[in-house]
Formats: sequence, C-alpha cells, structure tokens
Amino acid sequence: MAVTQLVGAKIHRREDPRLITGHGHYVDDLTRQGTAYAHFVRSPLAHARIKSIDITDASKSPGVVGVYTARDFKGLLAGTHPAAPAFVAEKKFVPERFPIAEKEVTYQGEIVAAVLAETKSQAADAANLIQVEYQDLPAVMDLEKALQKGSPKSHVDGPDNVCWDFTYTGPEITEAAFKEADVVVKERILQNRLAPVPMEPRGVSADYEGFDKKLTIWMSSQNPHFIRLFVSGAMGLKESQVRVVSPDVGGGFGSKISPYPEDYLVPTLSRIAERPVKWTETRTESIQNATHGRGQFYDCEVAAKKDGTLLGMRVVQYVDVGAYHGTFGAFQPVACLMAGGAYKWKGISARTVGVLTNRVPTDPYRGAGRPEATHLVERMVDLVALELKMDPVAIRRKNFIQPEDFPFTQNFGLVVDSGDYDKALDKALQLIGYDELRKKQAELRKQGRYMGIGFSTWIELCGFGPSAATAPATGGIALVESAQVRVTPTGSVIVYTGTHSHGQGHETTFPQIVADQLGVPYESVELRHGDTAEGTAFGYGTYGSRSLAVGGVAISKAAGKVIDKGKKLAAHMLEAAEEDVVFEHGSFHVKGSPDKSKAFGEVAFASYGMNLPEGMEQGLEAVAYFDPPNLVWPFGTHIAVVEIDAETGAPLLTKYAAVDDCGNIINPMIVDGQIHGGIVQAIAQALYEEVVYDEDSGQLKTGTLIDYSMPTANEIPTILLDKTITPSPTNDLGVKGIGEAGTIAASAAVINAICDALSPLGIKHVDMPASPDKLWKMMKEARN
Amino acid sequence: MIPAAFEYARASSVEEASKLLKKFGEDAKVLAGGHSLIPLMRLRLAQPAALIDINGIKELDHIKEDGQKLRVGALTRHVTIHNSAVVKAKLPLLAEIASEVGDNQVRNMGTMGGVIAHADAAGDYPTLALMLDADIVTNQRTIPARDFFKDLFTTALGPDEVVTEVVFPVANGPHKYVKFRRRLFDWAIVGVAAQKMNGGWRIGLTNVGPTPVRANAVEEALQKGAKAEEAAQHASDGLDPAGDLRASPEYKKHLARVLTKRAINQAEGHQ
Repeated sequence: MAVTQLVGAKIHRREDPRLITGHGHYVDDLTRQGTAYAHFVRSPLAHARIKSIDITDASKSPGVVGVYTARDFKGLLAGTHPAAPAFVAEKKFVPERFPIAEKEVTYQGEIVAAVLAETKSQAADAANLIQVEYQDLPAVMDLEKALQKGSPKSHVDGPDNVCWDFTYTGPEITEAAFKEADVVVKERILQNRLAPVPMEPRGVSADYEGFDKKLTIWMSSQNPHFIRLFVSGAMGLKESQVRVVSPDVGGGFGSKISPYPEDYLVPTLSRIAERPVKWTETRTESIQNATHGRGQFYDCEVAAKKDGTLLGMRVVQYVDVGAYHGTFGAFQPVACLMAGGAYKWKGISARTVGVLTNRVPTDPYRGAGRPEATHLVERMVDLVALELKMDPVAIRRKNFIQPEDFPFTQNFGLVVDSGDYDKALDKALQLIGYDELRKKQAELRKQGRYMGIGFSTWIELCGFGPSAATAPATGGIALVESAQVRVTPTGSVIVYTGTHSHGQGHETTFPQIVADQLGVPYESVELRHGDTAEGTAFGYGTYGSRSLAVGGVAISKAAGKVIDKGKKLAAHMLEAAEEDVVFEHGSFHVKGSPDKSKAFGEVAFASYGMNLPEGMEQGLEAVAYFDPPNLVWPFGTHIAVVEIDAETGAPLLTKYAAVDDCGNIINPMIVDGQIHGGIVQAIAQALYEEVVYDEDSGQLKTGTLIDYSMPTANEIPTILLDKTITPSPTNDLGVKGIGEAGTIAASAAVINAICDALSPLGIKHVDMPASPDKLWKMMKEARN
Repeated sequence: MIPAAFEYARASSVEEASKLLKKFGEDAKVLAGGHSLIPLMRLRLAQPAALIDINGIKELDHIKEDGQKLRVGALTRHVTIHNSAVVKAKLPLLAEIASEVGDNQVRNMGTMGGVIAHADAAGDYPTLALMLDADIVTNQRTIPARDFFKDLFTTALGPDEVVTEVVFPVANGPHKYVKFRRRLFDWAIVGVAAQKMNGGWRIGLTNVGPTPVRANAVEEALQKGAKAEEAAQHASDGLDPAGDLRASPEYKKHLARVLTKRAINQAEGHQ
C-alpha cells in the first residue's frame, strides 16, 4: 500500500467534470412520468386584502388539471411556518404564516393561487386568467417609521410592527468605559438588502403515492433532513414516510436552508392531483421570493482613549424581518454578539430590534450576522483612528486579543478558541506592499486623486455547533453532525454525511480525509449526501461554515470506529493481542513486526466471512455523531485598495489581498476557491448589489439581473491570497470553516478603503452599495 | 419566464417578411438577434401575436464599402461588425462601439438592425447613426436618422416596414466612444461618442433622453475653437434625462459633460 498524503493536497474537484460539462443532475433535470406542472399566482401588491379570487376562466384554460386557492389546502396542511428561536429567545409578535394567503397579502410575491397543468406554458397561460380583486393597504417599508406609534401595520391584525426587541446587555455595562473615554465616535451603519441569486434557482418536484402513503420530494436544498421534518409534520405524515432528495445543488448562500411555501404546496398538490407535480422557480421569482440577506441598520457608539485603546461599544441593531419571521431570521442578531471583533473591550452593550415590514422575509445569507458585525466594528475602529489621526494598522494592533489570551472569553461569554491576529496582519501588509502604497497615496493626493487603503482584520465564529448552544436555538434539535462509513467486502468505502454540499466540494474533500485515515485509494472512497433515505437517521445540512468542522470530524470519528473494529479482527487474524496491533498506511501489523500484517482490504473481506472473534458481528461499518465542544474561530486580514474617479465618483478596486486562517487545510484549491467566491460576494454588497423596493408602494424595482447589479468576473481585480495556519483546538482535525470568511471580511475592507480615499474631503462614512452616483453626490456636497 | 403563445414564421426574403408583417398586423414583431425582444417576452412585458424570423435572409448580413459610404446590413451581428477589417478602416468608431455592446452572447447574436429598430434609449448604434447623419434604409424608403428615432422604443417605421441597411458616412479620423456603466455588459448609464470629420466634430450622447441626442452646442463651441473642457460644458444644454436606479437626472447631466470632455480628449490621443 502506497503511503498517501491526501489531506492538504490540491486535488481537482471530483464533481467539476460533471458539473462543468452539463452532466449534473439538478431538480429541473429530473421529471417523473405523468408530471403536472405547477404555476403560482403571486400578489402584485406589497400589502392588500384579498376581496375575491375568480378562477372560472383559468379552470377552463387548455391543459389545466386544477386551480387551487387557500381553502383547498386548509384541511391538508397544518401549523404555521417554523420560526426558530435562534439568538432571540423571546419574540414579541410572530405572524402566523400559511403557505398560501387567504385574506391578506403582506409582500409582493406572496402566493394567492396555484395552477396545475399538463405543460409549464399551459400553467403559465391559465395563471394569467385568474382574477384577483385586492383592496390596497398601506405598505410598511421604513424601519424607523414602522416603529413609531400609530404607524400602519404590516399585518392588519398584528399589535404593531415589533417582531422582537431584545437586550443582550444594557447600557449600564458600558457606563464606566464611556466615562473614562477621551473620544466617542457615533455612526449609523446601513446593511443593504441582498438577493442571494444562486445560479440554480429553487425547484420542487414531488410524488405522493397514496396507496403506500409515501412522499418523495426532489428539491434544491441545503438542508434535506430539516425539510423532511417540517413538511412531514405539516402534512400529517410520519418522517419515515417522507423522503427528501436534494441532488446537485447550484448554490444557496443560505437561501436554501429554510422551508418555503412551495415546499409544502407542491407535495400537497401531488397529493390532491394524485400525480407527480413539479415547479421550477424563475429568476425573477427567485429575486422576489427567495429570502433576502442583511436589510439592517446599526446605531453604534464607541468610546476610546487618546492613545487608541478601545474601551466600550454600544450597538443597537435594527433588522428588517420582512413580512414574516424567516425560519432562521433571528440568527442575524449574532451580529450583536460578534460586534467586538478581534479586539478587547471593557464593555459592549447590545440590543436587537426586529421590525416587520411588507418585504420578503430576511434569513441567513452567506456570513449571516458576522459580515454585519465585522463591517460595523471595522468601520467604527477606523472612525476612532481617524478621530485620533492614528494609522488604522496601529489602532488594530493596539487592541487585538493576543495569542497568549486564547482561549479568550469575549464580552458575551463566547470563548474564542485560538488566533494570532498580528501574524495574519503582518503577512497581509507584506503581500499588498503597504508602505509603498501609503507613499503612492501621498503622491496621488497631491495630484488631486483619491486613492484609499482599507483594512478588515476580521474574525468569525462558525461550525454550528455545540449541542448546549444549538439545541435551544432550534427549539430542540442540536446542530451536531452525523456520519456513516461503510466498507464493502472488497474494501471500497462509502461515506454518508448529514451535511449537504451546494458547491462546497464535499465529494472531494471528505474522501480525502477518509482515504488518508483508512489508507485506501482516494478513488475507492465515495461520498453520498442529500438523500434522507440513505445514511444516518438525521443530518443537519450545510450552512454556517459547519460541514468540515462538524461533519468532517464526524466522518473522521466514524472512520476511527471502523479502524477500531478492524484492529480487533486483525489481531484475531494475526493471532496477536489487540493492544499489540498497530494501524499505519492502510495496514494492520503487530508492533515491532511489520511483516506480520494484514492489509485493510484483507480485513474488510474477512469481516464478511466466518471465523470472527467471539461476539463480533459481521460487517465493517460505523456510525458516529460529533457534538463539538465549542464553535471554531477563523480569522484573517483583508486589505483593499481603491481609487475614486474625482470627476465621476466611480470607485475602482485596484488591488485586493487576503490572508486567512482556517486552521488545518484539507484541500487548498477548494479553500482558495471559497475565499475568492466569498470576497466577490462581499465586494458585490459593498459596491454593486441592493434589493430596491419602491418606498411607498412596496413594489420590487430590482426584479431582474439587469436591475439587480450582481457583478461578474470582469468587475473584480485579481485577488492576492496567502494564509496562516492556527489549528483549532476544538476538534481532532484542527480545522475551522472557510465558506463564509471572504464574505465576512471583504465589505469592510472595501468601504474602509473608500472612506480612506475620500478622507481629504472630510468624508468619514459611506454606506453600501457605494455606487458612483452616491459617491459623486457626497463628493460634490463635501466640496461645496 | 415563459412567453405567452405566439405565431412564428420564418421569412426567406425581405418581401416575404413584409408580407408576413402585413398579414399578422400591428402585433407582429421582427425577430433578428432576439436579445432584447426575447427577454421582454419571457417577462411577458411584450406579448407579440407573431414573430417574423428574418435570420434566414442572408443578403441582410453584409458590410459594404460604397464610395464615401459604409453600408451595414440589418442582420449583421455585433461581432461581425467589431471584427470587420472594412469597418475598422472606414468607420473605426463603429467597430469600437460594437465591441462594447452587451456580453459575448449578445454580441454573437445581436444585430445592427435590431438595435436601430428597437430604439432603446440606451442603445449605442442609434447615437452614432444620429450624429453621423446616417440613413436608415427599409424595404420601402430611406429615412435619415434624425427623422427615425421618435421616442422611447418608437421609430418612424411603419407596421410592415423592415430595416434592411444602415448607411454611415466613412469617417476614420480621431474618434472615441466613452461608455459609462457599472458592469462590463451593462447598458450605458451615459455614453458619449466623438468623431472628427470634415474638419469638425460630431458628438452624440446615449441614454440622456428618450432618444439619442446630438450635442449640437458642443460641436458649435468646438467649431469656434473652444477647448474640450469648455465645449463639454454645453453637453447637458437642453437635456432633461429621466432618473433611474443607477443615476439621478443631475448625475446623468454631469456625466454627459465629463464624458464629452473625455471622449474628445481621448479621441485626440491625450487623456
């Protein structure tokens, strides 16, 4: 057996040839015999009463199987849309949500009717014939106005628009810090609403087999087991009667974690129509209805000493919850708990207010709360530096949590597992050529040019997570992870994981771990995921940069159990004591006698035969669950360089460097790819993207990719990457997550660079997206 | 994203296309590259009763030098225009503009005639046609560009009229198209074209009104010897652009001035 070292190797992604050449299997690629197509009629208004729905003409339209409204689903679907406690244990008002509106619509795009037809086109044509009479109601759009007494309500029967108002730590905790302060800076920081825009929109296909009471759902999901749990419950089925299959998933960015109305309606339509039903989301439906990210603002105050020592911070977060509480919508307040960033503080007071509006619900979106935290703390630290005329590097160094401080208990009691923030900063400064850049900046300023350098010394908590923290947050189910490792008689290995890749490359990374651990060829290890009919009883999905740090460790544990059993069997075969058997490089041998050995494959084959040790059952497979003792804490430094066109205000990102630390690395190529993607997504937030609604009518104005300005590779400079490696002490693999890091880090670096560029004009703060027209207007006003 | 039902007919000659247009009436649309029309149909913002596909009419796909004229067939794709040695020699500004239309897919499919007939305010060719006094040739007549663009998405074309050719004057002096946009494939937020010809300047503006605009005041100022910077101040004279998600009216007017200065300066070879 060759000695392999797959962990740490740049192995090409196994899934790429299939995906790149169009041989992937997405939901829309699969069609059952006899499928009927669903089309949903959606409210064109943000807020209205439904007075009547006339389906007469639509029902007679060619190819129509049926037209359905809320009352058709009433007896078949129970309960309301799930709303997890997440980081807000107490809620004020969580509106009831049925998957299809009956009396009131509360956002543009809410479903009011469903059409089933023989073809997609027939369904779409018939949908156009449905006459819905609405009585317009005022749309609640502005968060501050929504909180005022006497404001119109986003739900007419609700008490007001407050979904939650929760104080983690009151202002008293920061009193001493603010008393001691030489300077106090204040800012309101906006977080623009973002549409996730996965390359593959959502899709649901369902087949309910009435005789057997068996339901199979094919859907694009990050989280098939949770969907099974929710949908079976709502439909009055047992979890065991429902199978959710999520084949290749073309991106999610958090928008495919929570269940959606269609996830309930499509299976129910299959039950009603007694045939398979399929629905594929259009791009406009995706921008309109997939849960949005961010959509917040923060009122922040920071107290500091003259020498740059940070003392205290006060944060109030306002979250645009949307028309309904997103299933994991209350995750976003994690921004409050992470507001301290990489620094030491005497006190941080934090409060979160969730406001119901007449927009589509918000939910986790890549980074979820942690990009917001980084953005606010990195902005505020720069504002302190500006006030004190300090270099942004110096103020960061002065306040960093130091290597010897770890494990470090931060202000909200979270324990930061490890870090070396100066090291990553040093490397990034070198990578970008910081001293030279400052010289160049001084020269350009003399010429009237606006060049800026921006920092983000970010940290992250991820790898959700420890049962003690996560079970209460979901309402009972701990977000641990499961794995099953099965060895076939011929020694090949099938690994089942409860995580589910939607672009992360798990089919490559996880076999790398297992092949190394079992000493078998990489090619003989297969990964299976995304099908609730396979593997362990429950899986927990992919989000929050958890798959490797929780799921990968579970897999490694299961592989360890396989080795343990193998050792027992090998000892029996070698007629040695179990404690004398060593497993190395894919072979069991007796300590001190390497020639007395059995290869892993021989032991696997023997495990299915006869003459096993007394009491040992046949087979070689194991299940393991991993309940991590702590979250993991990646970190790094990102530096952005921008130049603002003095005449047009157009920001040009000229250089970008990132040094990230995610602990031990399984596949550097995949890590680099995830960092690239993450950074680009945050550059998009900083400079390009924003979901815009008409502030009066609540009409979505960015319903296509012409108007929703998602950037392409053309708009992004080459990104310089490097890394430091600080293994996590939290798990045996020493790994941390990296899927969200780029997104968490980059918006602050870009905006800080813009603010630095414009500082000669006295501009201190710029909100996202920093579009040319916005910057031009600010520059013009500053010059006047 | 599914269009409403429509009739489809493929024309093999301009005469046949015209006949089909007549047959289907005002709700018929000509299908050339389809990169503006099909997205509108998919969103059901356009619901033509019939599409008359002219992609089979090979004689509409041509670039011909004709004395001091350059004749570009209506079905000539952007990529063909961009790569054409004749265009590069006789009207390099057109080749430059063609290279900046949309993305690769749009440039491979989109056509000269399609852009002209669609008359989107943000279309790039209409600006060039207007400022150079090009002629729009149809199956029935020749229409000077200045009489062709009537309003937003509205032209002088009659219901059974098909654009067959656009005839530009030859101009290979200093020239530049400055297209200001956020993403490389976006429509212009504002575009400015500058072409020196016959001893004077022609300046055209994209997306600052419902139709393309010729910046007469700038041209006149330059004629009187004004420097680019001074002359460009007149670029916004008389403009009343509509604001949109990307730019306020004030910003568009400002861009018209800044980009005009840049277009002239860059055409002359200095920044």
